[in-house]
Amino acid sequence: MKHSPDERGFFGKFGGAYIPEMLQANIEELRENYLRIMNSENFQQQFHKLMKDYVGRPSPLYYASRLSQHYGTNIYLKREDLNHTGSHKVNNTIGQILLAKELGKSRIIAETGAGQHGVATATVCALMGLQCVVYMGETDVKRQMPNVLRMQMLGATVVPAMSGNRTLKDAGNEALRDWISNPVDTYYLIGSVVGPHPFPDMVARFQSIISEEIRWQLKEQTGNGLPDYVLACIGGGSNAMGAFYHFIEDPSVKLVAVEAAGLGVDSGETAASIAKGTEGVIQGARTMLMQTDDGQIIEPYSISAGLDYPGIGPAHAHLHDIGREIVIDATDKEALDAAFQLTRLEGIIPALESAHALAGLAKMKFKSDDVVVVNISGRGDKDMDTYIKYMSK
Amino acid sequence: MNRIDTLFQQKKNNVLSVYFTAGHPELNSTASILGELEASGVEMVEIGMPFSDPLADGPVIQDSSSKALKNGMTLKLLFDQLKDIRKDVKIPLLLMGYINPVLQYGVENFCKKCRETGIDGVILPDLPMDIYEESFRKCFEDNGVHFIFLITPQTSDERIRMIDSISGGFIYMVSSAATTGAKSTIAEKQIEYFNRVKALNLKNPLVIGFGISNHETFASACRYANGAIIGSAFVKMLDKATDMKSDIRKFVKEVLG
Repeated sequence: MKHSPDERGFFGKFGGAYIPEMLQANIEELRENYLRIMNSENFQQQFHKLMKDYVGRPSPLYYASRLSQHYGTNIYLKREDLNHTGSHKVNNTIGQILLAKELGKSRIIAETGAGQHGVATATVCALMGLQCVVYMGETDVKRQMPNVLRMQMLGATVVPAMSGNRTLKDAGNEALRDWISNPVDTYYLIGSVVGPHPFPDMVARFQSIISEEIRWQLKEQTGNGLPDYVLACIGGGSNAMGAFYHFIEDPSVKLVAVEAAGLGVDSGETAASIAKGTEGVIQGARTMLMQTDDGQIIEPYSISAGLDYPGIGPAHAHLHDIGREIVIDATDKEALDAAFQLTRLEGIIPALESAHALAGLAKMKFKSDDVVVVNISGRGDKDMDTYIKYMSK
Repeated sequence: MNRIDTLFQQKKNNVLSVYFTAGHPELNSTASILGELEASGVEMVEIGMPFSDPLADGPVIQDSSSKALKNGMTLKLLFDQLKDIRKDVKIPLLLMGYINPVLQYGVENFCKKCRETGIDGVILPDLPMDIYEESFRKCFEDNGVHFIFLITPQTSDERIRMIDSISGGFIYMVSSAATTGAKSTIAEKQIEYFNRVKALNLKNPLVIGFGISNHETFASACRYANGAIIGSAFVKMLDKATDMKSDIRKFVKEVLG
């Protein structure tokens, strides 16, 4: 397939595995085993059974009639917010925990931004009876407290990351350092299509169930499995990759990723890695990232903890580079307004991350007969504090 | 001849190497620290190029890196500071850091600048062997700069031999599965690993780093390798130093015993 990386993990010029020797053995073990394990009948059976009975898949594809009317087009919402744990993240954690078990690992570590991946990891660790440590930037611990408490209730240890801006990137750094120090028994359950090969490809494959379902659900509802547009928010890019995956080779489907502009792309307070990024290496992958001329990574900013990341998955950098993926952006305020709009028009409170995808709707020009799918990657429970504050302004 | 090669031809044991982060504690302390280290009897120095996201480093070197960046250190400035260093300092000098700043500087420019400045070796832990071979090796070799690879307790014998075949200067033997600075003693299991590597009879000298902090750990590391590197312990000392000159001498004297 065109969107699979080469054997060294490169999507075009992006990707690879820029890792210190300390991580070599672990990455090699994964690289040599992930496809064999994932493709085995036993794994597929367990994965699909859990997806159906535990996660509650397929997640609905819902025709949002009032939202459609507002934008004068046909909008379908892919309801990943209705998954167990409240976001798309669980698709990947179920997949990776089965893999970790197969590899005989007993201790699971993860990084989290908004806490959605942390909760999804803590959940599958409880399910499988495995020890769980989640690294979360101290800033995010404060702004996503409900998720911190959920992780703790699920039995995970939440370790605040104190370096940098104390957000998602810093949590990732701490998780990698933990993995360096615990190379034998520990599995790093990464939350997005980022990091060294084979993580970007592996996570994309687990999340691809989103677009697999959209295809047959749309066919069922409209008679045609190919939408004109798929919109998704993008931080590292796992929900976007999942929503795009099975449409990449259908050029009529326009794939639109919405980055977090923060206070504005040119405000200096942004997380728009494609708009403001240049090529470089971050957390083991060559990709687009926000950096200084001297190659120092710039601390990102977004109101959404899940999009507050200075890089982007290497496959997205590639798809953008070859013109297959359209990347636009939405500010904090635009995302907040879009969240309230969806809530009032459809009675669905989206996560702040997903609200960025919704904010993308206003920036595109749709025809009245276009079919537009928006991936609602998560629900807004964790963001109630932010929403309440905004409402009272 | 590359100064690292000359050093290990002349001295097979107890080579003391020290790491510090350029731009820390003061932006302009790089040259004076180098001079002091040489005068104290240190035989090789790794100069850290600070990076915002140092994955393989523990808290001490992370902290020195962020302070150095706050002080205004850049790779360009570092080369400026080192422009005339070879008028005074004769021991081998290496640059150690992460791949991204080097990529932004430009690999060819970087290697050329290393040669002009008199840098003998470079350590970039997150540049893997295959990418080095494909896109970097020629540039380093053409400029006479050794690229130093790391090995760890998890590195297989086969991979160590492969690393040995494309390395120059020495092989950096990471003492245990950890980031820099974490341990304070050398355990039985590490000795097993040191002996395993020693028995491979590699063509390159071996230098042990990570977790070497004082005379005791330095001396025991040197029983299994040609030398050892002290990083975090030295950086921590610099942070507290009241009189840098005499504190550096005192530190090195204690390590050498």
